[in-house]
Amino acid sequence: MHTLPQQLANGLFLGSLYGLIAIGYTMVYGIVQLINFAHGEIFMTGGFGALTVYLALPDGISMGIALPLMLLGGALVAILIAVGAERFAYRPLRGAPRLAPLITAIGLSLALQQAVFNWYPDAKNDRVFPQIPGGPYHLGSITIQTGDIFLIIAAPLSMAALAFFVRLSRTGRAMQATAQDPDTAKLMGIDTNRIIMIAFAIGGLFAAVAGVAWGLKIGTVKYDMGFQAGLKAFTAAVLGGIGNIYGAMIGGVVLGLAEALATAYIADIPGMQQFGGQAWSTVWAFVLLILVLLLRPQGLLGERVSDRA
Amino acid sequence: MRHRSLLILTTAVTAGALTLSACGSRDNNGKNDGGGEKKTVVIGVDAPLTGQNSATGLGLQYGVQIAVDDANKNNTVPGVTFKVKALDDKALPATGQQNATALVGDDKVLGVVGPLNSGVAQSMQQVFATANLVEISPSNTNPALTQGKEWTTGKKVRAYKTYFRTATTDAVQGGFAAEYATRTLKKKKLFVVDDKQAYGAGLATIFKQNFVKNGGKIVGEDHVNTGDKDFSTLVTKVKNSGADLLYYGGQYDESQIITKQLKGTGANIPLFGGDGMFTPTYIKTAGKAAEGDLATSVGVPVDTLPAAKDFIEKYKSAKYPGDYATYGGYSYDAATAIIKAVKAVMDANNGKLPDDARAKLVAAVQKSDFEGIAGHVSFDRYGDTTNKKLTAYQVKNGKWVAIKTGTYNAG
Repeated sequence: MHTLPQQLANGLFLGSLYGLIAIGYTMVYGIVQLINFAHGEIFMTGGFGALTVYLALPDGISMGIALPLMLLGGALVAILIAVGAERFAYRPLRGAPRLAPLITAIGLSLALQQAVFNWYPDAKNDRVFPQIPGGPYHLGSITIQTGDIFLIIAAPLSMAALAFFVRLSRTGRAMQATAQDPDTAKLMGIDTNRIIMIAFAIGGLFAAVAGVAWGLKIGTVKYDMGFQAGLKAFTAAVLGGIGNIYGAMIGGVVLGLAEALATAYIADIPGMQQFGGQAWSTVWAFVLLILVLLLRPQGLLGERVSDRA
Repeated sequence: MRHRSLLILTTAVTAGALTLSACGSRDNNGKNDGGGEKKTVVIGVDAPLTGQNSATGLGLQYGVQIAVDDANKNNTVPGVTFKVKALDDKALPATGQQNATALVGDDKVLGVVGPLNSGVAQSMQQVFATANLVEISPSNTNPALTQGKEWTTGKKVRAYKTYFRTATTDAVQGGFAAEYATRTLKKKKLFVVDDKQAYGAGLATIFKQNFVKNGGKIVGEDHVNTGDKDFSTLVTKVKNSGADLLYYGGQYDESQIITKQLKGTGANIPLFGGDGMFTPTYIKTAGKAAEGDLATSVGVPVDTLPAAKDFIEKYKSAKYPGDYATYGGYSYDAATAIIKAVKAVMDANNGKLPDDARAKLVAAVQKSDFEGIAGHVSFDRYGDTTNKKLTAYQVKNGKWVAIKTGTYNAG
């Protein structure tokens, strides 16, 4: 069965998606050492924002015009929520013990989920997401769907843009400085509050791109889609070394590949039939996480930090 | 200052989250007729009203609502006003059990319709049996619920005398579906997937056994978790297995996405499922990918039944949410069985409700024998319906079209 190339491709697509969400976790953690557990819900609202824009557009509009507008709408919603969360839920708690903002994050995640569940029309069922027409395309023995094409273009593009931004722009350098030592950065005249807000905004932007990619790939969006995807993305961020933006992407891809290969092949190993298949994919993803953390606690690309938790 | 804002914030977020989750529960006991001469009898409903499976769950709730409205309007039981108390089990067995306890604790509740899911029913049966409260499910199809865990070996034992159902079992449904797949569709190579739940796994197993018995071959098997969304690895396996049919044991929540992603790879393998995916929501979500997919469902198509015409009109004109097509008729009939039993019990007791009404109702429901809107309603010694009709449906031009109605002798 010539499934290996296809399964590798499946893992790569899924992994890029995890990577896009993981950027939000990793940037926020890198700067304020906060695990923003509401980030999965920000991803979800990005998807719903894009859907709302699509539904507001006239019927029969081509995806060439609709998709950029959807991305814009999704990004607007996700950035607003991410920045709002920072301003009103996390900033008042900065300096409080680390547990306090963590619990706020969980509360916020529940609140966002329930808000969409209760107030978005028919969000209780899967809401059908518009699809890019065309495809599937064949590349040797690999089948690529149009939704995956969007993902495979959007993920590296956004990564490259982020890398340029962080490395070369003034704000990017200020971000690095803030991440290294917020107090000294402040003394150097950096408005750390603004920088933190920008980190949240970038996380929201990537989450929105991921939300649209998810809609195109899976075919539907749902109020609870942020929970599992967010958990996987968080795993990807830790796997890659939390705080490292390249690590987030690599962690995502490794996780996606691990999931796809475990799902496809574990059951073929003699004696392992009952531990393979779709139902076990998440289990194997976490087995991988545990193994990496045992052998390399700082994650794949993380640096060994002695004095930070 | 900082501490105060922290406190306010935490309180606000927590309160917000709590209020929002509280909105999820419903209470249809809004009206109060203020006591008076008429006695109130409450019919409980337990079904997923939010989240997973809620489209069919709501269809169940409002099917009962219409039966109750009809009984009140026609004064079917003089001196009694019926009311519906609907609880949301979110398709979770633990929540179902809590609801069962709550229904048992409300002494106005004399009968319960539900739940939707066989897995939820397992956790509720004991609670109702202990309290002698009659429970009629319009949709549970797992044979073990009435015939005991060892039903496959032919050793059938009824564990709970308070449990009944108006839907036929998967022993009948799985056999009927497999016969259709092998004899009529001439399918030879099967890939079978289930969601590991009592309903889905049971149905998939019965289908598989009958498929092999009829000369078919199993080319692959897999399981999914409810709530999974990305099936790219699974559909790759299905596509490469050379299967000419994918059978899915489970609900529409997953199968509608599986079929969408499977057809997205360019594979043209129809997905065949049970009554759990026979709902308009499946087609709405899967879109064009659903075309050609098949499902079996219990009973005959509701909209072809002259007796159900009135019911459908009422459902549509009231603009109730949910899909009535799958179990609405059976829910109506289940509620009617309870209403008729209340009448029988009162008639035997000089027109008053006896003190041991619940126990007497169990016996009265067992003796049910009337024409419902979805067929004849009566129960055998296991509590199973004697109406063993099934229908196979196929998606044609964006609609479920009935292609074969019949019965199957599960032996």
